[in-house]
Amino acid sequence: MSRIKAPVVITANDLLSGEVVYLDASHRWSIELSAAKVFEVVEEATIELDAMAKEADVVGAYLAEVLVGASISPRHYREGFRQRGPSNYFHGKQTVKGAEVAA
Amino acid sequence: MYTYQEFDRAFVRDRVGQYRDQVRRRLDGALTEDEFKPLRLMNGVYLQLHAYMLRVAIPYGTLSSQQMRQLAYIADKWDKGYGHFTTRQNIQFNWPRLIDTPDILDALADVDMHAIQTSGNTIRNVTTDQFAGAAIDEIADPRPYAELIRQWSTDHPEFQFLPRKFKIAITGALEDRAVVRAHDIGLQLVEHEGRIAFKVFVGGGLGRTPVIGQELTDRLPAEDLLPYLEAVLSVYNLAGRRDNKYKARIKITVGAMGIDAFRAKVDEAFQRLRAEFSGQDLAVLGDIQKGFMPPEYVEKSQDRYFDALDGDSYFREWVERNVFAHKHPSYASVTISLKGHGDTPGDATAAQMRAIADVAECLAHDELRISHEQNIVLPHVAQADLPAVYQALKSIGLATANIGLVSDIIACPGMDYCALATARSIPIAQDIAVRYESREQEIGPMQIKISGCINACGHHHVGHIGILGLDKAGVENYQITLGGSAGNDASIGEKMGRGFNIDELMPALDRLIDAYLMHRLSTEETFAQAIKRLGTRPFQEALYVVDQAA
Repeated sequence: MSRIKAPVVITANDLLSGEVVYLDASHRWSIELSAAKVFEVVEEATIELDAMAKEADVVGAYLAEVLVGASISPRHYREGFRQRGPSNYFHGKQTVKGAEVAA
Repeated sequence: MYTYQEFDRAFVRDRVGQYRDQVRRRLDGALTEDEFKPLRLMNGVYLQLHAYMLRVAIPYGTLSSQQMRQLAYIADKWDKGYGHFTTRQNIQFNWPRLIDTPDILDALADVDMHAIQTSGNTIRNVTTDQFAGAAIDEIADPRPYAELIRQWSTDHPEFQFLPRKFKIAITGALEDRAVVRAHDIGLQLVEHEGRIAFKVFVGGGLGRTPVIGQELTDRLPAEDLLPYLEAVLSVYNLAGRRDNKYKARIKITVGAMGIDAFRAKVDEAFQRLRAEFSGQDLAVLGDIQKGFMPPEYVEKSQDRYFDALDGDSYFREWVERNVFAHKHPSYASVTISLKGHGDTPGDATAAQMRAIADVAECLAHDELRISHEQNIVLPHVAQADLPAVYQALKSIGLATANIGLVSDIIACPGMDYCALATARSIPIAQDIAVRYESREQEIGPMQIKISGCINACGHHHVGHIGILGLDKAGVENYQITLGGSAGNDASIGEKMGRGFNIDELMPALDRLIDAYLMHRLSTEETFAQAIKRLGTRPFQEALYVVDQAA
């Protein structure tokens, strides 16, 4: 994979539900990309990733590139599907935001 | 069907208990994800893009109506009301919560099912002909041998950490409907001097290095099956590469060693291992075979069947496409298409599962099969009952008459679900099915197979038209292969050229199919036959005519 470029967010899957989550500015995991903390320097994000990835309540944390304009949007289509849900059913985040993630 | 003994039930319950404790320790922090991951995978629990996924084994694709109802119950209670039947004759649930997975495994154990060895570098679910035990061209039912292999390979201490996953397929018929030569080991049941024997193929597989399996022996006596398989596995276990997962499958081992040298090592191991098998395996096989006796066929008046054929053109079309000859003259096998136009290939709702179970119980000797083409089969239906079966299926939207046609597409979950995928498969399959719905009878037999990444779970290499979804500089891109085959003449399709972006793909397929209709000698010449006669060149030109014009 090519070297990751800023801006980036830290994303993972929730341990209990598997739902996609993003690290927010208060070091909590949010189901909303719009709430994610955006890192303009990859090295800073990597340091935070190393710290947060050890958390027991998420799985597989990694850095994901984003575009920042009026809102935050995924740079790659894979992250777009993670953010929305599958395209064959109205399931995942596009339906029940938050209902499946443990408080 | 094989009936679980107390030993099987205790084994499965013990595994659920172990797994429940592992989940508890993961949730309370005693296990890290690195420690827990191999444990959950041993029980079929993956983490996909949006959620966990549970892959449940359906041994050699055989289910009872009770088991199908339990799958429906699981889909409703712990998932989103549907399940996805796979090319390995299994079912996947796409949305379970981790904390619920032990309860789901207990619910499976209630009906003698499990998810053991549906992941990991072990011997996976043995797959077979969906018409096994019913097919008119069958030498013998392969399922007792598949069950014997299942029992031998489950928790086999030597084969829990193979260099890579290991897939075995077995067919007992003259026509290979199990794609045996695209498996690590393919077994073709043959008759030799009046006795059952096996032709054994090794080193087949799709994925990033597609290979058609090579013949290892052409007449392995049936009684030597397990020691011979153990010999193949033990040679692979020692010689297979563990330094590079992309070179770890047995096809690479066989390719590097050469088939003759590999065979010599297997023969050497076999001589040693055969002496260690005391014959208990054959006693077990004998017991297993008692569970696979044919159903008690019932003779019924066929008047209603012939009346329906004469009076209902939709029924007639469905019979032509979805009904297959049975070894009993007044019976048939029915393929229930899970490929309604615009539907997700292989998906069934809980309501559909229950309705299918009802049909199986009332009209089909309580047996169901899952095909590797991601359809459901009623293997034993009296022809007299075909109109009733058709009406029951029609009432739940499952009477699509398209088996073997354009819309009967194999498609992996792709990037809509799979963490490994590089592009989506499902919407491509949906678009193709809808686009050619009105033309597919005219086009005739055509196998389109779509994979969302190089791992080829959608079998694209052996499709008449194979479509491989890739990531090209951050855009979904689809490569086309032509001329593959999954049957007796198994072959790997030829890559045609540059891939197509999603908006270019359907027009390219239009040109390809139009070229076939123009070039075919008659409506009798299928797409696959036309490619064999003409080669891929005229079709390649049709695909890329736009490039040439530019």
